[in-house]
This record gives sequence, C-alpha cells and structure tokens, in this order.
Amino acid sequence: MTAEAIYAEGLVKRFGETTALAGVDLSVPTGSVLGLLGPNGAGKTTAVRILSTLIAPDAGRARVAGHDVVRDAHRVRQVIGLTGQYASVDEKLTGLENLFLIGRLLGKSRADARSRARSLLTRFRLDDAATRATKTYSGGMRRRLDLAASLVGQPRILYLDEPTTGLDPRARLELWALIRELVDSGTTVLLTTQYLDEADALADDIAVIDHGRVIASGSPEALKARVGSRTLVVRPENPAHLDAVAAVVTELAGAAPEVEGGRVSAAAVGTDVLPAVVRRLDRDGIAVSELVLRGASLDDVFLALTGQPTVPTETDDEP
Amino acid sequence: MNPERGTDSGANAVRAGGASSDGGARSDADRSNAARADETAAPPAPELPARVPLAAALQQTLALAWRSLVQIRHNPWELGDYSIQPVLFLVLFLYVFGGAVAGSTDDYLAFMLPGMIVMNMLFVTVYVGHGLNTDLTRGFFDRLRALPIARWSPLAGRITADLVKQAWSIVLLLGLGIILGFRVGTSPLHVLAMFALLLAFALSFSWITVLIGVIARDPEHVQLFGFTALFPVTFVSNVFVPVETMPAWLQPLVNANPVSILSDAARGLLVGGAVLQPALWSLAWALALTAVFAPLSVFALRRRLSG
Repeated sequence: MTAEAIYAEGLVKRFGETTALAGVDLSVPTGSVLGLLGPNGAGKTTAVRILSTLIAPDAGRARVAGHDVVRDAHRVRQVIGLTGQYASVDEKLTGLENLFLIGRLLGKSRADARSRARSLLTRFRLDDAATRATKTYSGGMRRRLDLAASLVGQPRILYLDEPTTGLDPRARLELWALIRELVDSGTTVLLTTQYLDEADALADDIAVIDHGRVIASGSPEALKARVGSRTLVVRPENPAHLDAVAAVVTELAGAAPEVEGGRVSAAAVGTDVLPAVVRRLDRDGIAVSELVLRGASLDDVFLALTGQPTVPTETDDEP
Repeated sequence: MNPERGTDSGANAVRAGGASSDGGARSDADRSNAARADETAAPPAPELPARVPLAAALQQTLALAWRSLVQIRHNPWELGDYSIQPVLFLVLFLYVFGGAVAGSTDDYLAFMLPGMIVMNMLFVTVYVGHGLNTDLTRGFFDRLRALPIARWSPLAGRITADLVKQAWSIVLLLGLGIILGFRVGTSPLHVLAMFALLLAFALSFSWITVLIGVIARDPEHVQLFGFTALFPVTFVSNVFVPVETMPAWLQPLVNANPVSILSDAARGLLVGGAVLQPALWSLAWALALTAVFAPLSVFALRRRLSG
C-alpha cells in the first residue's frame, strides 16, 4: 500500500503540433483531494485521461494506487472511477439500465447489479427518473447520474473532470455536497475545475495548471498567502460619488485605486484602512451600498501567477 | 448486509449534506452522516488480476449486446428502420416492378425475395458503424474504456446485438414474403443454412461499417456514407433484375459483385438450384473482406482513441 494514491512524474502529451502537457508532476496522498485548477485548454483533461488509462503519455510515467497507468492499465481501471464530460452514460438507456449495465460489466450478478443501481439512484435522488431515458434528464440530474455511474464499482480513487461546469448554482451546491460526502468516506479525489471557488471549497491541495505546466501548487491558504494582500472594495450608492470615494481611498490607502463597474477597489491595503475609510465617508456624508475588505481570492492568485485573469468561459457539454 | 438499509442512510446523508452545504465549512452532522453512508468506503483490495479472464470478457460482451438491444425499447423508431423500411421496399418493388420485370408478381417474388433479404442485411450492418460512432462521439466509449473490461468487448457486444437484429429482419422479410405468396422450394435445413451464410457475411461486412463508424465525424455522416456507398453496390447486382437484361459491358461487373453471388446462394438455398459454388464464393468474399477491413478498422480505432 502506497501513501500516494496518484503519482505522476514528467507527463508529456502532444497532439500533432499542440503540446497539451509539457512535463506535469502530480502527487495526491491517499484520502485527500487535489484540485487541478486552470483555464480551458490548460491540459487538465489530458492529465485526467492519462491517469485514467484512456491515453498513454508521450513521456513521463504515472502510478495510480501503485500501478503503472500504461503497463498495468487493467489494474488501474479496477480502482478508479471516472466522471467527465467525455465519459458519459448511454442517453438511450434509463438511469437504472445504465447503472445496471455497469454493475454487470463489473462482474456483479443480476440481483447485485440491480440493488446497487437502485441504492445509488436513491442516494443521488434519481428515484423518480430511474425508468426514464437519460436524454430526458436535466443537466444536474445528468451529472448526478454520471457521478453515480463512476461509483458503481466503489472506486478508491475518483476523477472528477469539471463536474459542475455548466450547472446552475443550486445543482452545483448539491453536487459539492455529494463530493464532500465521498471524500469524508475516504475516497481519494482528483478534481479538475476552472472555478476557483470550487477548488477552494473542495480541495485539500491545489495545483494550478496553465499551458500544460503546473505553475504553482499548495494548500488554498498557502496559495492565497503567496499573493498576500487584502483588497478593499467600496461601492457608493450614488455613482456620482465615485470620484470622491476614489480620492478618499487614494489618500488613505496610499495608492491609486481601480475604478470599474461602479466600484472602487484598492489592492494591498493594511487592516487599519477600512475603519479610516468608514469614518471619512461618514464625515463626508457619502452613502455606500458595498464596503468590504477581502482576503486574496484564488482569482487574484491566478492573476498573480499567470499575468492574466481567469475568464471562466461557459463550455458546452460536448467538447 | 441489507442493501435497503444502506440505501436509506445514504439518502439521508445526501439530504443533510445538501441542506448544510451553502457555506464552505463541513459540519459535524455532515461528517457523521457521511460515515454512515458506507457505500463508497474503499474495501482493502487483495492482489488485483492483471487481465480479464475469457469467461468474464464473454459475459461483458453479452451485457453490452443486451444494452444495444434494450436501446430499441426506448427508441421504437430504430426498429422502424429495419422493419418498416424493408417491408416498404419489398411491397413497392414487388407490385410496381414485378409485372414489368418477370411477367407476374408471383414469379418476381420468387426471384427477388432472396436478393431483397441480402440487400436488407447489408443495410442493417450500417447500424454497427452508426452505433459505434455514437458511442465514440457522445463519450460512452470512454466510459467503457475506463472500466476494467476486455478491450474488445464493446465492439463484440455491438456486433452480437447486430446479429440479433439481422436474424429478426431476415425472419420478417421471409415471413412477409410467404404471406405474399413466396414458396420455399427447399428443406428447413437449407433455410437454416441460408441464415448461417447471411449472418456470416454480415459479420464480415460489418467491419466496413465499423471503419466508417471510426472515421466519420458524427453518426449522421455514418448513415450518409453507408447508404450512399451501399445503394450502387446493391443496385449494380442481380437483386432486382436478371443480369441477362443488362448491357454487355455491365454484366461482368454485376457477376463479380459479391451481392450478386450471395443473392444467387440465397436463391439456391430458398428456391432451389445451384448452391455450392455461390455459397463458397460468398464465404471467400467474407474472408477477404474481414482480412482487409478488420485490421484497418482496429488500426483506425486505435488511432482515433490515442488522439
């Protein structure tokens, strides 16, 4: 038994002229959650496809639960579960039939496959839709079924490739709750996401990936500490007061703030600035509708690391 | 352990988790509920097998064949493709062309039905490529490949299901033909031999549609390619019209067409007449098609999957 559930070293993958992975190292301790964070096209999915034995790397090696993903692919497949937009269910089958089929493929008896399918459908609140073709499912239901499908074999290691992309906020929170529950029961999770709050909410460690390289890694807190700043945001109730507010912030924070979208924001301010700004605005009689001092978000981290902001683009379900 | 009990505690855990998950922190209630939701607790794994035993691979193939067939239940239109369409073809050709080609519809039916069964068999093989392409483009194939199953079982499952569909279409056409006045002039053994010969040929011909299914961008293109290629191949044959009525320059082509040869074999086995020679040539064609297209398909599939 190795302490590392997933271990990858120098993974390289090229598709024609494009280099999808340019030497990626990853390490996920057993029972923990690694968030692989990056924009579209950063190489996240390629990494997951290699680690789930779907494609072979051009260079480098990877071990999952101690098994080499190329030489010992069949053993790797026995310990993993894969949920991604490309690893989908059969749209022409019902939810029950899909899960039953996977149970049968994993060698369960008819009775076992059926009871496992039923219990997963109940657990993922898909009872009512169990006998409907999955093409009629909503986006959130489809993701829950995808996740259920990857759990039929009770995998020790679970890959979640952008599990909530395209979901509405409520369905997203539901899926997060399900993922937390899996993690709490001891499953090791590799999660890819382009949502910084998702990595922050679910992951023990984060690896930031961009252009096929891991450009930073560590705990969410450590990454935020690397940027090490707090941002003051003030939104005057009356947009006409923007200039006045900007002047106040410039004076008290000692730097020219950014004015955008009806808000004034200043980076890297000390903790004493906020009360000072409150007192001054009160004295000047300027009403504000928003006034916060927030710690660095992972957006800030990404901006600091790559020099460009993350713009999470809405992607279609089909790549 | 009673699976229903596990189900209940799991469902409660989900609801509790959902209700308290709006913040970032995990509550203790979440944690203890999750601990009871033992569904996903990883059991300590003994030494895992390094490969799939043959018996398991065959069982996986049957499970996947079941899956292809059960799809039809939710998509009755698909059944129409290989039931209503051949029936329409049979009736239209029989009553529109029968008198002109053979003098009477009864004579034409005896000539045309075996060839019609062959033609329909070829069209049904397109569904192997169509289904494979759907799995490849919609992502179900990747789900299967990430499971610890035999690498060949998804394809074998598809082809097995296709053989069932083939058998169904042959029974349908033969049954309808008999209702319309077709008389089997041979023995039941001959009829069974025709089934076996046609299914063997379908098996080898499927490799061509598998190749199309792997290469095509989407399922619609598979159908377009498949049917566009099959129409000339089946019409430049002796399925509908005796070869003697065609221009001399076309006759060698028609005679060499495996569709003509297989139709001759089917006629021999259903109506009577020469069997051995066309049957052997049909099998030779089947072997040749498999020898060429099976490796090409596997090569193309590997290529597509590695990209």
